[in-house]
Amino acid sequence: MSRQSNRTTDNKKMNSELFTLTYGALVTQLCKDYENDEEVNKQLDKMGYNIGVRLIEDFLARSSVGRCHDFRETADVIAKVAFKMYLGITPSVTNWSPAGDEFSLILESNPLVDFVELPDNHNTLIYSNLLCGVLRGALEMVQMAVDVRFVQDTLRGDNVTEIRMKFIKRIEENLPAGDE
Amino acid sequence: MMDIRFTKGKSLVLERSLSRPRTEVSLSAFALLFSEMVQYCQSRVYSVSELQARLADMGRTVGASMLDLLVLREKNGKRETKVLNILLFIKVSVWKSLFGKEADKLEQANDDDKTYYIIEKEPLVNTFISVPKENSTLNCAAFTAGMVEAILTHSGFPAKVTAHWHKGTTLMIKFDEAVIARDKQLDGR
Repeated sequence: MSRQSNRTTDNKKMNSELFTLTYGALVTQLCKDYENDEEVNKQLDKMGYNIGVRLIEDFLARSSVGRCHDFRETADVIAKVAFKMYLGITPSVTNWSPAGDEFSLILESNPLVDFVELPDNHNTLIYSNLLCGVLRGALEMVQMAVDVRFVQDTLRGDNVTEIRMKFIKRIEENLPAGDE
Repeated sequence: MMDIRFTKGKSLVLERSLSRPRTEVSLSAFALLFSEMVQYCQSRVYSVSELQARLADMGRTVGASMLDLLVLREKNGKRETKVLNILLFIKVSVWKSLFGKEADKLEQANDDDKTYYIIEKEPLVNTFISVPKENSTLNCAAFTAGMVEAILTHSGFPAKVTAHWHKGTTLMIKFDEAVIARDKQLDGR
C-alpha cells in the first residue's frame, strides 16, 4: 500500500539548467548535421514524438489522472498537470475556438530557451519544436490526433510563447485481427 | 567584423541576472530527452567509439556554458590555478549544481601523476540506460566526460577525459604534461 503511493509521488527533480543546456547542445548538433532550418524543425518534431509516445505512460502512472471527457479537460490536464510535472511551469489555456476544438497554451517562461538567443542565419528555426512533437505523440497514444504548432515565440521577439493545439479526430482503436 | 546581433535588443537573455533561484524539471523529462539524443547519435555512426565521441561533443557544449555560469555564481568570478583545486571544484561545486550531489570519489592514479579519476557509482545520465550486450563497452557517461573535459580545458587545464565501466562509472582524466609541470612549478615557489 505505502509502496504504491510512494511510486506516484516519487517524481525526482533535477537542475533545470542542465536540462536546458543539454537541449541546447542537441539543437546545436542538429543545426550542424542538417542543411536547413526546416529539416532541423522536422527532426525536432520527430524526436519529440518519440518522447511523447513513451512519456504518456510515465505520465499516467505518476499523475493518476483518469480519462478526459472532453477536449477542454484535456487542455487543463496538459497545462496544469503535465507541464507542471515535467517542466515545472504552468502555461495558461486561452483563445478557444468557438467550436471548442482548438486552443492556445501561453507559456510565460519556457525552460528550453533559457540562455538562448537565435542567430540571424537561423530565423526560420523553431527552437522548441520538440514540445509540439511530445504533445502530438503523447495524445496519439490516448487516441487523439492533434495538430500542434508554435504561433508565437519569445525567441523571435514575440511577447509570449504560444502553442496552438487543434483537435483533428479521435483515433479508433484497431484491435489485432482475431482479438476480442 | 563583429557580429552585430547582440546589439539589436531582441533578446532579454542579457538583461537577466545570472544569480537566480534554482529551478527544476523532472528527471523523467531529462531521461527521455537524453535517450532520444543517444538514439539520434546512434543513427548517424558506425561504431561505439564514434557514438561516444558524438556524446562527448555535445557534453563539451554543455560544459563550456556551465563553467562560465558557475565561476560567476559560486566563485565570484575567481578562477582556480591549481590542479587539485580545479578537480575539487568539479567534484563538489559542478557536481552539486548539475546533479544535486558531490561526485562519489576523486582519486589519483598510483603510477601516473597526470592521471586522475572521478568515480560515480550511479551517474545520473545512466540511470535509465541499459546497455545492450553486443555494445557492452558503451558508456553514455561519455557525455559527462565531455562536460568535464570542456570545464578543465576552458579553465586552462587542458586534458582528455574518457568514461569507463569501473566501480560503476569512472571518468579518467589525463592532463597535458604542461599542466602538471606548471603545477609543480607553482608548488616550488
